Amino acid sequence: PPPMECIFGLVGDGFTLLVADASARRSVFLYKQDEDKIFPIDEHKAMAVTGEPGDTTLFAELIQKNLALCTLRVGVPRSPHATAHFTRAIMAENLRRSPYFVNLLLAGHDKDEGPSLYYLDYLASLQKLNFAAHGYGAFFILSLFDRYYRPGMSLPEAIKLANLCIAQLRLRFVISTPAFTAKVVDTDGVRMVDLKNEGVRMVDLKNEEEMVVVEE
Amino acid sequence: LKEQVYIQMSYDTAITVFAPNGHLFQVDYAFEAVKRGACTIGIKTNDSIILAVEKKAIGKLQDPRANTKIFQLDEHISMSCAGLTADARVLANIARLECQYYRFNYEEAPSVTYIAKNIAKIKQKYTQRGGVRPFGLSCLIIGFDQNGEPNLYLTEPSGSYSLWKANALGKNAKTVQEFLEKHVKDQITHEEGIKLAVQALLEVVESGSNKVEIAYMKKGETLSYLSEEKIDTLISEIESAQQAKQENIDKMAQLST
Repeated sequence: PPPMECIFGLVGDGFTLLVADASARRSVFLYKQDEDKIFPIDEHKAMAVTGEPGDTTLFAELIQKNLALCTLRVGVPRSPHATAHFTRAIMAENLRRSPYFVNLLLAGHDKDEGPSLYYLDYLASLQKLNFAAHGYGAFFILSLFDRYYRPGMSLPEAIKLANLCIAQLRLRFVISTPAFTAKVVDTDGVRMVDLKNEGVRMVDLKNEEEMVVVEE
Repeated sequence: LKEQVYIQMSYDTAITVFAPNGHLFQVDYAFEAVKRGACTIGIKTNDSIILAVEKKAIGKLQDPRANTKIFQLDEHISMSCAGLTADARVLANIARLECQYYRFNYEEAPSVTYIAKNIAKIKQKYTQRGGVRPFGLSCLIIGFDQNGEPNLYLTEPSGSYSLWKANALGKNAKTVQEFLEKHVKDQITHEEGIKLAVQALLEVVESGSNKVEIAYMKKGETLSYLSEEKIDTLISEIESAQQAKQENIDKMAQLST
């Protein structure tokens, strides 16, 4: 399936932010605008998935349940590093049998590691990054991150940057993706974040003055 | 040419077979293994279920952390076993896998009934398969069902399961069972239940917080353990109450003579 869906994430000061577009679409049809693509894996981990429709939910739930089993067997949860590599191992194992066509971003928070973001694509290539994106939207988002991302951003700053990316997609990306969901992973766990109301104003593209979005 | 006979080794030699009197001796012997296990008690109260386990004596150099007989199977289901502890690990592992398998298929939590029946099913399978022996375990499985009701299940090496208000397994289980039958009422609060569990265990176990492990599950919460300090406090309370009672009895005996 073409990568029209877009997910991105970034690591901030003691948290990781994951943002995913909220549309469920197949070919020319838009089924719903409130799909939550960010799955909580654990108390301190979340995974945003895109790709083949059935595979995404299946894979995310497979990782969720396997990790819960691990935690019950061992008594302590796996670190984000271990989780990311475990996920990659499952994907790599199935790559040359019956591959999971899933692109994902795994966000975690650990007492020792701090906040982390892992990029994993459908060919099972894993990278630990400060910011990452999947889908066509990545072309726009990565450029903006390259320009405006700084390590150790606060949550309001990160949300402002996320809103900037969304505004840019609305302006320049041919596929309309008006709705996005966001989740943040930090010491308190995984929680939903309202991109509009975290003290940040959404860019109003109907207002001509705001059409040129430049942050300095 | 000399004829050669090849003997194939396969897993079809049955170990558990019927005896003339209708008994399955291997299952009976499994029950014997259970009777030699550490004492395990389960009590169901109005809003919680309590598991109390005897901690067998460990060597001076041994670290007691790995010495647990209470297994958490899922967020809302736990189990404790009496009998062969190595078998308990295997069974707990199978049950944990089954919990996650259920969650994967149905995206909801399995009820304690489902898991208890599943464990019983596995135990029965091992009494009717070639090349294996039954599990030498009786298990107390605690959890809450769909309605939020606390449930205490007992599964036996034969593969039978039953629901209980309170029960005891292992060494000296009969003594504890008699105690429980006398003292466990229809309606008991969580605190009363904890006290009863400690009292019941003290009937057959040496006193001291390092000899006793108490865990409980309240509705909507995961398994919690009672701290050693709390256990020590309870034990001293119970012992002083018993001492006072004994002194009273002695006094009455003196007065009557």
